[in-house]
Amino acid sequence: MVDAEDQVIVGLEVHCQLDTKSKLFCGCSTDYRSDGPNTHVCPICLGLPGAMPALNKRAIEYAMKVAKALNCEILEESEFSRKNYFYPDLDKAYQITQYDKPLAEGGYVEIESDEGGERKIRLTRIHVEEDPGRLVHMGNVERGKYSLVDYNRAGIPLIEIVSEPDMRSPKEARKFLNKLRATLEYLNVFDSEKEGSIRVDANISIKGNERVEVKNITSYKGVEKALTFEVTRQKNLIRRGQKIERETRHYLEARGVTQAGRSKEQENDYRYFPEPDLRPLRVKSWLDGIVLPELPDARRERFIVQYGCSLNHARTLTGELKLANFFEKVVASDKSGLSPLASTWIADTLIGELNYRDMSLDKVEPAAITGLVLLLKAGTITDKSGIEVLRVLLDQRFKNESAETADAIVKRLNLAKTAGDSGAITMAIEEAINENPKALDDYRSGKAGALNFLVGQVMKKTRGKADPAELNRMLTEALKNKEA
Amino acid sequence: MAGEITFNPDDKYNAFLATCRKAPHGSGKLAGVAVAVKDNISTMDIETTCASKILKGYIPPYDAHVIGLLKAEGAAIVGKTNMDEFGMGTTTENSAFGPTLNPCDTGRVPGGSSGGSAAAVAAGMVQMALGSDTGGSIRCPASFCGIAGLKPSYGRVSRYGLIAYSNSLEQIGPLGKTVTDVSTLMGVIAGHDRHDTTSLDKPYNHIPNADIRGLKIGIPQEYFGKGVDTNVADVVKKAIGRLEELGATTVPCSIPSMEYALAAYYVTCTCEASSNLARFDGVRYGPAPDTKKSWHDAYQEVRSTAFGTEVRRRIMLGTFALSSGYYGKYYAKAQAARENIKADFNRIFKDVDVIAGPTMPTIAFRLKEKSDPLSMYLADILTVPANLAGIPAISVPCGKSDGMPVGLQIMGRMFEDERVVDVAYAYEQEVN
Repeated sequence: MVDAEDQVIVGLEVHCQLDTKSKLFCGCSTDYRSDGPNTHVCPICLGLPGAMPALNKRAIEYAMKVAKALNCEILEESEFSRKNYFYPDLDKAYQITQYDKPLAEGGYVEIESDEGGERKIRLTRIHVEEDPGRLVHMGNVERGKYSLVDYNRAGIPLIEIVSEPDMRSPKEARKFLNKLRATLEYLNVFDSEKEGSIRVDANISIKGNERVEVKNITSYKGVEKALTFEVTRQKNLIRRGQKIERETRHYLEARGVTQAGRSKEQENDYRYFPEPDLRPLRVKSWLDGIVLPELPDARRERFIVQYGCSLNHARTLTGELKLANFFEKVVASDKSGLSPLASTWIADTLIGELNYRDMSLDKVEPAAITGLVLLLKAGTITDKSGIEVLRVLLDQRFKNESAETADAIVKRLNLAKTAGDSGAITMAIEEAINENPKALDDYRSGKAGALNFLVGQVMKKTRGKADPAELNRMLTEALKNKEA
Repeated sequence: MAGEITFNPDDKYNAFLATCRKAPHGSGKLAGVAVAVKDNISTMDIETTCASKILKGYIPPYDAHVIGLLKAEGAAIVGKTNMDEFGMGTTTENSAFGPTLNPCDTGRVPGGSSGGSAAAVAAGMVQMALGSDTGGSIRCPASFCGIAGLKPSYGRVSRYGLIAYSNSLEQIGPLGKTVTDVSTLMGVIAGHDRHDTTSLDKPYNHIPNADIRGLKIGIPQEYFGKGVDTNVADVVKKAIGRLEELGATTVPCSIPSMEYALAAYYVTCTCEASSNLARFDGVRYGPAPDTKKSWHDAYQEVRSTAFGTEVRRRIMLGTFALSSGYYGKYYAKAQAARENIKADFNRIFKDVDVIAGPTMPTIAFRLKEKSDPLSMYLADILTVPANLAGIPAISVPCGKSDGMPVGLQIMGRMFEDERVVDVAYAYEQEVN
């Protein structure tokens, strides 16, 4: 691929919290989010004088799983280093991280490129480090009276995945991140739903110009938004003939903009040196014991083969572990019979409706969707009614009202197709033609739109229950009779 | 709890920073034995300051691993001893709470940095004490005060709870009036601790044995050369003569890499210290600044007033040496020099079982005699090689010069702490 003159170039540094039970260097529980501040702490993660780190092997195993899944090479020997800087959330005034000897190097993530087709985004490295604590500002950072420090998060294991500058648009960056998330979820080492479990720093430049680092992106959508903002900002500067400065900017999630950081922050000299309290890591041999589960790409291919999903549907359905599992549960009772309808209804309709409500898939039981798909498959309801049933079904579950099955909703709202009940349709057709003499005239003079208009009118009267094909046939017949 | 001992010493030498008048004890190998603990070793519910104003009022919520082991064997922790602030010194004059005086001559320093522990033992206030040795901090005061002190092999004693000065060099170790006491205490504190991943599963179960027939002792020329007081050298040579009389043979040897030992030592320890001591900011413990300044200004205020001069000097040296572009010039080079020193020792230990020489180049300095930091640093020349190489080294009293004690230093192969103890014990038995 030859880059255009104003090609966007993006590289990401993604920090993910590993979902281990205990912290990276002590036995404190990582399940801190629902508890009060400074309740998941001990001398080690508080950095009390004399306390020493002892490595949690599980965290290294998790990180190696990720490295293996992302095709990285585990280094023969890696080591922890200290990154020294002062900040109140950093209790030791250094972060134990990995510097010149990371756990793993190389590797890649495959994404669907903007031009379609798969594209490899190369990885530079993966390293393991500890999360710092968290500051809670009373008021705002600049003018608040004081800030409180919560060390519950201090010592949570993180991996930092650093990509090469291989992404060519904000959209690709988001795809990369989504793919990464899916892979980590499939590996069962990461919980994307925990607040703050992923944090992204992005490097972005317009070809031939200085790069800008955007820090503090904390959501999946945020990556695309922050980078889109940056692309516009940088291109505008170039258009006006201004130079892009190499700088660090902060993303303000609430406003969707990036803001220049204080120049002081760029002058940090972290004075890295090997952590003398930990021995070098020689863990390459552990690789043999690491068995990878089915990963997103393999599952996507399986969905295409096993369920006959389209590539796009398969990609969507396998793009999130939960969704893929959900789909397989929905169709479990009749794989070949239900999957064609289920894949469309889940990948297209259900996701759209969930997003509209900002509702979690967890609130929907797969059986409810199986019920809906069965009704659609049997031809009991029309697609239009199907959407109505789905909406009612989701609303009930979203509002935690008593949840009806699709069957019950259809019965209660009398949404079953009127096929067979030709009396009701015949009556509706009669009414529609009588109420719209102009349409009848148009139809007679051969205007194509007239038939569709009348179909719509009948649909309205039958509240969508009429089977479209059947209705067409009956209406055409009725119109012919009128001519006679 | 098996009992309680009353501890109310007349501390004329300012050896203690804190004492426990009623010290509980349990039963075991050290049942009811009064043990003093250097103030950089964390003791639950007992103020632990590292002799620094910046930790004034800090009461650890946990015990160092070695303290747990002492308690499990019934020892009574009777107090915390004075030291050079954070272990940075060779005299115990760098304490924020005043110097400790040498019980052998109160006009002289007890050595450092574990000066309080050595003085407490020398004055008979306690039978044994814990110190820590980063570049000689157990052996130097043992030598100056006329007692025995062991720096164990790196990794034999857990450092968990030892307030770090220079992690890659330091070890907690025992001080006692006799080698037997030192050996007993070592037996209690050695062994693996999962909280210190640099500690090893090498427990110490040894009863000192005075039979050293056939032992080969290396005598490095550097330990009797320039900078070493001739009277001290003579006393030590005589002591080595006694070891020969006991059936040992001596072999002259050389440690050429010693030329770089002090540089490697001071680069390593200041670099590590600059990072270790960065956490002392007045936020979580120690005296908080009474200020409404922004956090970095508040940090600056606390750190520039609550750290002593020597500590500030070493923090600045270490910060500089680790700065971008200097790491390779200093820290990395110092580690390379350490490898050379290790290689020298390995080579020598192919031919000899132990290496002997003076612990310190001189007798105890007079108070305020070493006001120039560089001349103080030079006094560490004979002790730092063992720390750089990680090998065990013991100091045992071997006579007097100008009425002041002189220490004989025995260094051994990695993890052969038992052997250096035996040699020291053989000497001690011979002269008593």
